[in-house]
Amino acid sequence: MSDAPLLEVRDLQVHYPLPRGLAGTLARREERVVRAVDGISLTVAAGELVALVGESGCGKTTTAQAVMRMLVPQAGSVEIDGRDIAPLSERALRPVRREAQIVFQDPYESLDPRYRVRDTVVEPLVIHRIGSREDRTERVREALERAGLSPAELYLDRFPHELSGGQRQRVAIAASLVLEPKLLVADEPVSMLDVSVRAGILDLLDGLRRGGLGILMITHDLSTATQYADRIMVMYLGRIVEEGPAREVVGNPRHPYTQALISVVPRRDPHDRRQPQILQGETPNPVDIPAGCRFHPRCPIGDDGCRAVDPHLEPTQGHRAACIKL
Amino acid sequence: MSGAPVLEVQDLHVWFDLGQGRELHPVQGAGITLDRGERMGLVGESGCGKTTVSLALMGLLPPNASVAGRVLLDGEDILAGGEETLRPHRWNDIAMVFQGAMNAFNPVKRIGDQICEAMELHAVARGRAAETRCGELLELVGIRAERARRFPHEFSGGMRQRAAIAMALACNPRVLLADEPTTALDVMVQAQILQLLQQISDDLGLAIVLITHDLPIVAQTCQTASVMYAGRIVEVGPTVALHDAPRHPYTRMLFAATPDLAGTAGVVSIPGAPPRLDRELAGCPFAPRCDSTFATCTERLPRLLPVGDDHLAACHLAAGHLAGRPA
Repeated sequence: MSDAPLLEVRDLQVHYPLPRGLAGTLARREERVVRAVDGISLTVAAGELVALVGESGCGKTTTAQAVMRMLVPQAGSVEIDGRDIAPLSERALRPVRREAQIVFQDPYESLDPRYRVRDTVVEPLVIHRIGSREDRTERVREALERAGLSPAELYLDRFPHELSGGQRQRVAIAASLVLEPKLLVADEPVSMLDVSVRAGILDLLDGLRRGGLGILMITHDLSTATQYADRIMVMYLGRIVEEGPAREVVGNPRHPYTQALISVVPRRDPHDRRQPQILQGETPNPVDIPAGCRFHPRCPIGDDGCRAVDPHLEPTQGHRAACIKL
Repeated sequence: MSGAPVLEVQDLHVWFDLGQGRELHPVQGAGITLDRGERMGLVGESGCGKTTVSLALMGLLPPNASVAGRVLLDGEDILAGGEETLRPHRWNDIAMVFQGAMNAFNPVKRIGDQICEAMELHAVARGRAAETRCGELLELVGIRAERARRFPHEFSGGMRQRAAIAMALACNPRVLLADEPTTALDVMVQAQILQLLQQISDDLGLAIVLITHDLPIVAQTCQTASVMYAGRIVEVGPTVALHDAPRHPYTRMLFAATPDLAGTAGVVSIPGAPPRLDRELAGCPFAPRCDSTFATCTERLPRLLPVGDDHLAACHLAAGHLAGRPA
């Protein structure tokens, strides 16, 4: 399996049924679904950091949850190290879970306030019944130091409230690393942290990537994605609309949505003031996805053709975009 | 930028009494000068005191707070007489959009009724006149007037934020304090709100203090910026000057820690954490995290001194550079 990607997602669909209410059920009203993820494919190789970028509600977190099998997809496959986890039972899933770990957005919420750092980090080992007592202590120590909490002795007996936000996120990362996973899913890993410490956490992820870890980073922040990701995938309304090497996608965006998104990201340089290309309206409700290209109602160059054809990702100038106008 | 400043804050201090003889000193002599129609960014990490400054200007600090300093609104010291002298100016001359204001509407009342109620409370207008004015305000922020009859849940996040801005403008203030006005919004909506703030400040001559942790937002919308650290302004000047030639290491390091779309250079985090503000500090508060300290830094507190045109910095290094330069 050396050449196969670490993570391969194919035609993933995650739909949530909408409650109809008693009246709706009695009237046998048609059941409606939120098409949160509507047929996406992606790969992450060992030693690669892939950023899944999009606005709230585009389905990026749902994708992460499906990759972690925190929910069961309606269709499609999620292969981790060549093994499809979508149809597996909880019991069969357990060994695979060691391979893929997730870090959540908010380290103020994700750590149990009553657990000392050592208890938080050792818990995955206990759950997976790995190692003897001494062995576990050694692994916890290693994980903390890999996460940049060094020397580990300084942190082992602290409680979350005694740590800064950045240190908390490092503890959460250490608790993922302790199982020595091959894939890390990071859901908005720095958005709750202060600007001054963000780079530290991102550098840590970058170092882990260099060490061979595959990372899928979910983020709304294109600037962060540009500076840290090997590849960027732009998501809109449950689909990937553009995908390619980070600098390619940002330097030469081909899809009108990506172009608009990039134009509204504020630049650090006050000389670089450009007219943002603000899209009209709001992202449509994923219950009523527009026919044809789902972006056409807001698209500055959409026409009748776009109403008819649901575009697929096609190669364009070094990367891929889903737009029939290219 | 002609004439006297519309807002001048001098040597503002805020203390919080934490009980049992403990005290927090989150604002330690901050100063702000704001011209009519000027947009100034107030930037800093969480806990640097930027929100506390704005609440002090509004006179909305909790009862355990004490305030010292001068707040001159068109030359009149509104802080001198406490609540008595401040009340007539709150909302009427100086207004604020709070962080998360878009989520603070009463969910069971129509948006329009809530805006009208604010106007009636401040005797700006009542009855039919208030409704007309409410319609005008909504149009001003880009919401159709007839939507005044909608409830908050019928608005998107961006529209609720627009409505919150409309409400803050109800009494025709001269100064608007906007605390993280786009933090919970998507970039597309953020761009719309920032465009709106620029437009109303240009059209109405409204001075805006944009409080944010996000330097790029300031770079794109404000003519000037004040960088705050540990309760003090450490650098202030034209946004362009702060970007091109920052004179305080904190400003330089803050820019370097901010990812950018065009950024080819890496992003560098600032080591350490801000100091605790419940004890007196010796020397420069940034010294423990600074990459260019020398002996003086740990001994003496640097004062905010001119380093260029309308450009001040509180750094021994910057002051030294200027002193060494031929006059």
